[in-house]
Amino acid sequence: MDRQGNTYTFLYASVMVIVVAAILAFLAQSLKPMQDKNEAIAKKMDILMSVQIESTAADAEAKYEKYIGENAYVLNNNGEKKLGAEAFTVDLAKEVKKADSDRAFPIYECKMDDGSVKYVIPVRGKGLWGPIWGYVSLEDDKNTVYGAIFGHKGETPGLGAEIATAMFQDPFKGKKLFDQSGSFASIEVVKKGQSQGDLHKVDGISGGTITSVGVGAMLQDCLSGYEKFLKN
Amino acid sequence: MSSEKEPLFSAKNLKLITTPLGAQNPITIQVLGICSALAVTVKMEPAIVLSISVMFVTVFSNLIISLLRNTIPARIRIIVQLVVVASLVIIVDQVLKAFAYEVSLQLSVFVGLIITNCIIMGRLEAFALGNKPWPAVLDGIGNGAGYGFILIIVAFFRELLGTGFLTLPGLGAIQIVPDIFYQWGYANNGFMILPPMALIVVGIIIWVQRSRDKDLIES
Repeated sequence: MDRQGNTYTFLYASVMVIVVAAILAFLAQSLKPMQDKNEAIAKKMDILMSVQIESTAADAEAKYEKYIGENAYVLNNNGEKKLGAEAFTVDLAKEVKKADSDRAFPIYECKMDDGSVKYVIPVRGKGLWGPIWGYVSLEDDKNTVYGAIFGHKGETPGLGAEIATAMFQDPFKGKKLFDQSGSFASIEVVKKGQSQGDLHKVDGISGGTITSVGVGAMLQDCLSGYEKFLKN
Repeated sequence: MSSEKEPLFSAKNLKLITTPLGAQNPITIQVLGICSALAVTVKMEPAIVLSISVMFVTVFSNLIISLLRNTIPARIRIIVQLVVVASLVIIVDQVLKAFAYEVSLQLSVFVGLIITNCIIMGRLEAFALGNKPWPAVLDGIGNGAGYGFILIIVAFFRELLGTGFLTLPGLGAIQIVPDIFYQWGYANNGFMILPPMALIVVGIIIWVQRSRDKDLIES
């Protein structure tokens, strides 16, 4: 057949597309269960990490069972438990787009080794290039931050991506969500060096301003819905 | 078909690996793949992992295109190349997500960006379409390495001078500049972690390379 003719070219393109599509579809289908499992494990590791429990991919599930297990539930914005909803499978990416009144607010209760209870709240928002997310854990006073971890899809390494490092996350410890009069104040991310001594401010990252501000906005947006629950 | 079989690592074949490291370096001489060289060189770790991923894609796309070279219709050859490269990149991404989830998190968007790396399409057009599979594989290794090697040098200087740390895969961030230097008044150059400095570092490498190898200077 004429290798430069139209028929050959069309046939070649069609066969190529079908073969490639088949290979990729098969690959994606067969790897999907493993990818989903990895994602679930990574999520459990993140949740545990926010209450400062170190875990590895191998023991994350066992540790999650031990410290949290069934003590995860979904709230509405009045702070009441929604029956029949499972916290772990709530898709925050969809929830953050809804109005507060029909949004699901998942929360994880973690029983620590010393008997105290910490509350872990998942958060999700926007960075510079894509989504950012995190888990904020609170002491049993439901006000003081016990730990916070953040992740991102594709922030700039060395700049916005620094939100995923201890340098950025550690200063959240000990900050408070409610001010002295008891109203919700959230935690703001401010220009580097301006947060000193303020219980509601944390240093941002120089050069990563949009991501830093995104973290502040994410906390405000996601934590405010828990206000009624946390005040009880 | 020639009756004499060329040895696998003949001098001619070895040159396919060594020239892209020096006199035909894809970044400093051909000025291909500059975009990713600027984007991922803030830290050592993503630079190293991306170099390995790019090398994987250059090797296999060169191999596949070279195997198909006599069947590809000339008019749609760029599309065929693009489909092969894009499929390989998707395979890398999917396999990493299933078997090396943590690495895939670190690489995040960069895996997808391999598709847009000019070196890969450049080598397919310039080499794989006209050569047998084995030399094409060697050419892929050489160009992947030539790219990675410059990327790692740039990342080394940017991270060291910009933050005082070096981040290596599996080892995490290691402090290189001792605290005492800071007490003596040394300061990190924050400008190094911004994109313009990548361009300047690449420029300095090109300058050094050309001043040492006079053949590279255009008349």
